[in-house]
Order: sequence, then structure tokens, then C-alpha cells
Amino acid sequence: MRFYEYESKRLFGKYGIPLPTGSKVARTPAEAGAIATEIAGPVVLKSQVLTGGRMKAGGVLFAETAAEAARAAEKILALTINGHKPRGVLVEARAPIAQEYYLGVTWDGVNRLPVMIFSDMGGIDVEEVAEKHPEHIAKRNFSTLFPFSDFMAKELIASIGISGSDLNRLTQIAATLARVFRDHGLTLAEINPLVRLHDGRFLCLDGHVDMEDDARDTQKGLLRELGIDPAEKRQARPPSQFEIDGAAVDAVDHRGVAGNVVEFDGDLGLVIGAGGGSLTLFDAIRKHGGRPANYCEIGGNPSVTKACALTKLILAKRGVKKIAVMMNVVSNTRVDIVARGVIKGVVESGFDPAEKIAIFRIPGSWETEGFKILRHYGVEYCDRSVSMYEAAGRAVAKMK
Amino acid sequence: MALFINVEVDAAVARDGELVKKLIEVCPVNIFATGSGGALQIVEPNLDECTLCELCLNAAPPGTVRVVKLYGDKEVLTRKA
Ligand code: SF4
Repeated sequence: MRFYEYESKRLFGKYGIPLPTGSKVARTPAEAGAIATEIAGPVVLKSQVLTGGRMKAGGVLFAETAAEAARAAEKILALTINGHKPRGVLVEARAPIAQEYYLGVTWDGVNRLPVMIFSDMGGIDVEEVAEKHPEHIAKRNFSTLFPFSDFMAKELIASIGISGSDLNRLTQIAATLARVFRDHGLTLAEINPLVRLHDGRFLCLDGHVDMEDDARDTQKGLLRELGIDPAEKRQARPPSQFEIDGAAVDAVDHRGVAGNVVEFDGDLGLVIGAGGGSLTLFDAIRKHGGRPANYCEIGGNPSVTKACALTKLILAKRGVKKIAVMMNVVSNTRVDIVARGVIKGVVESGFDPAEKIAIFRIPGSWETEGFKILRHYGVEYCDRSVSMYEAAGRAVAKMK
Repeated sequence: MALFINVEVDAAVARDGELVKKLIEVCPVNIFATGSGGALQIVEPNLDECTLCELCLNAAPPGTVRVVKLYGDKEVLTRKA
């Protein structure tokens, strides 16, 4: 779950990470003017969207007076950036910057541990710094079990030649950021740029936070405090109606997962699942030249009602010609129950399951019963002797 | 309308308050409920959720509750005497 910049900053502010003066979000030009009046100096106004490229699109403007700030806010609020309407405008004091830094904490998939990354070249893509200027970047993994100490932060920052009071001030911020990351189930806590002002103070000029979706439950208190609805799902773009409807299907009852969908513009609807299996199957469909209409998660023994509602949703999506029902080998999801749900969904949508279901490949518990149902409705199915890749190929072949 | 499962209960069981209570209690997917006058009611929209657990068969006298699969060879599940 991605946070807006103003939410990230509220979180950082809670922990004492220094922010620019003001740093409040305005929903109207008048509110922006009022915040600028409070700041009583030059301000920067930033569109609050969950996408990059704000500067280029005109979503970041500067103003000297409250009246100018209100006018700038009006322009920003009317601007759509990469399809995103702004949630508001962040208004903060402009700061005289001496140097920009990068500080981030994220997950290191190779070492399977959090990693802190620090660079004295902030403001630009950290991947680019790593590639072109590796001597300007320092990284350090840390444990999820033990506290992140100030000493660890100091060692990391000093490793690229920073010393004196800069080192002391940065140490505090870095150790705090690691704490924010660990305390709240984050997958990313990033300050870019972290800036040093001419008077030696440091400020978080822009912040990014991603929270693990599964942490939303344990972090309900924090989310409420930040004004975020814990049920809100956020991606790099606003969810489509199809995706919202999918989430509603999943919320129908607590049994299993069915309805976690992401929308694409293809013609093959996917009812796929089993953790990494769904990613593999999605990729396999693409590899065979198929055009998925959605990415989907189903598993953990959803009820017939849930699987049925998901199937109906996918079939109702414009352009969907057939659906493929596929999973890895499953032990915790009953094949017969999924078969019932999917077939019911197809029938209730007014189609013939034999024609609408391109392939059914869910090997696992109660598969013999499931196969009886599939045979009864003339649906092509296969067991585990047919690989996921091959099953995906069969589904794609049926689309031609 | 159920596509996959039907549940049949003998009239004597459906009128027996104690057995009705037991059936409602054991079914994990709420296929049984109390209808008018305390008689057993089958909750049609839930029939296809039947997990084939056979708990209802064991809760009533042999042969009085039958779970019918409406697919394949139309197998009937019932408790043997
Ligand atoms: S077999 Fe189990 S799920 Fe089905 S009706 Fe009987 S008790 Fe309910």
C-alpha cells in the first residue's frame, strides 16, 4: 500500500524526522493560501498523486505570497498526472539547499533482510547512482529481530566519507527511519532528497512509504491516525471499477481468497492462484502469446459463492471471450468446490461451461470429485501430469 | 437453484425439534434452518456450498437424511443402518 507524500511525511514527523515548515495538505486554493500565510515566506506546492513525473507535468509550483500560492494550488488541483487526480496540494516552506542526499530502507530480496541504502547524491534515481557512481552509495542489511542501532547507521554513513556534525545529524535520521520501517510493516521507507541546508540542518524534502498489504490489519491504528482508510488498496494508479468490484467479491465472506484482481485489456479471463503459481501462470499465458484480461488470486478454499461471483465478474468484463482456471498443485483448496463455483458462475452468466472455460487445471485435494463435475459439464481439464506451462498453452490455443 | 447438491430429509425428522436443532448445529455451511412452526427448512441458496462432510447423515437416524449429487452418476450419500 503506497502512501501519498503528505502521509509519508506525517509518519516521519511523528518520529521526529525533520520536515520543512508548514508541510500541510490543502484541498482547496483557499486552504493553500492560508497555509502559505502561516508559513509567511516563499513556498513550494506539490500535487499529491501516487505517481512520478509531477515536476515535468506541472504538478510542482513555487509561490512567494499567499495569493500566488492559492493561484498555484488552483492550477495543480485541476491537473491530472498520468491519469491520477490529486488528493490535494502539499504546501511547505522553500528551503535553501546546500546538498542533497538519498536515504532509504527497503527489502533485499536476495539476502531476505531489510537493507538501508544511503548516498550523498540525492534527488536522482538511486539505481542510476549505484550504476554510475558506486563510490557514492553505501548499503547495509540489518536484522528484523534486533534493534537497528545508531552505531550501525553511523558506520554506514561514515563509509562514504561523511564526518563531524553532518555524520551525527544523519545518524539520527537514518536510525529513526529504520525504526519507522520495522515498526509498521513497511516495504519501503525512503527520503529522497534528504537535504542539508546552508545552516547545517537536515530536512526530509520528499518521502515515499509503501506498506505491506498484509500489515494493514495490524497497522489499523496508524492508518487511522494518518487519515487512511485501512480498507483502501492502492497501486501505482487508482483502482478501476473492475478491481473495486473484485475486492467487494473477496469481502463477501472470510473463506479463502477470490477476487483480488488487477485489470488488463486482453480477452482471456484468468481464475488463477497458488501464490507464485499465479505469477507463473500469468507469465506462461503471455509467453504463449495469450492476452490476459486480468491477473487474479484465488485460493485458500473460497466458498462456492465467492468463486461464482468472481467468475461472473470476469465474464462480465468487456472483451473477455473465455476463462482459464488454473492453479499449481493445491492441498488447502478443494478442487471440487472451485469447480462448482466457476461452473455456477459461467451458467449464471448464461454461457455453456464447455465453451467458456478454455482449460481447468487445478490438481489437488478432492480432485477426483472435481473432475466428475467437470466431466459432467464437458469442460476440458487436466491433472498434474500436464505442467502449468502446457496448460497455459492449451488455453491460449483455444482462443485462436 | 442448486446445480450440484440436493439434500432430502424425511418428514418425521423434519418435524422433530431435537433433530432439527442437531442438523442446524452440525452443518458447517448453514444448509439447515428452522422454518414455520419449528419445522426444518432447507436453505436453497446454500445447497451448493455443501462440503460433503456427512455430518448431517450421522446426526439423524440411518437413511433419513440424504445428500444427492446432481452431477456425474448422481450418487446419493446416506448413513447406512
Ligand atoms: S454433508 Fe455436511 S455440508 Fe453437506 S448438508 Fe450435510 S452437514 Fe451440511
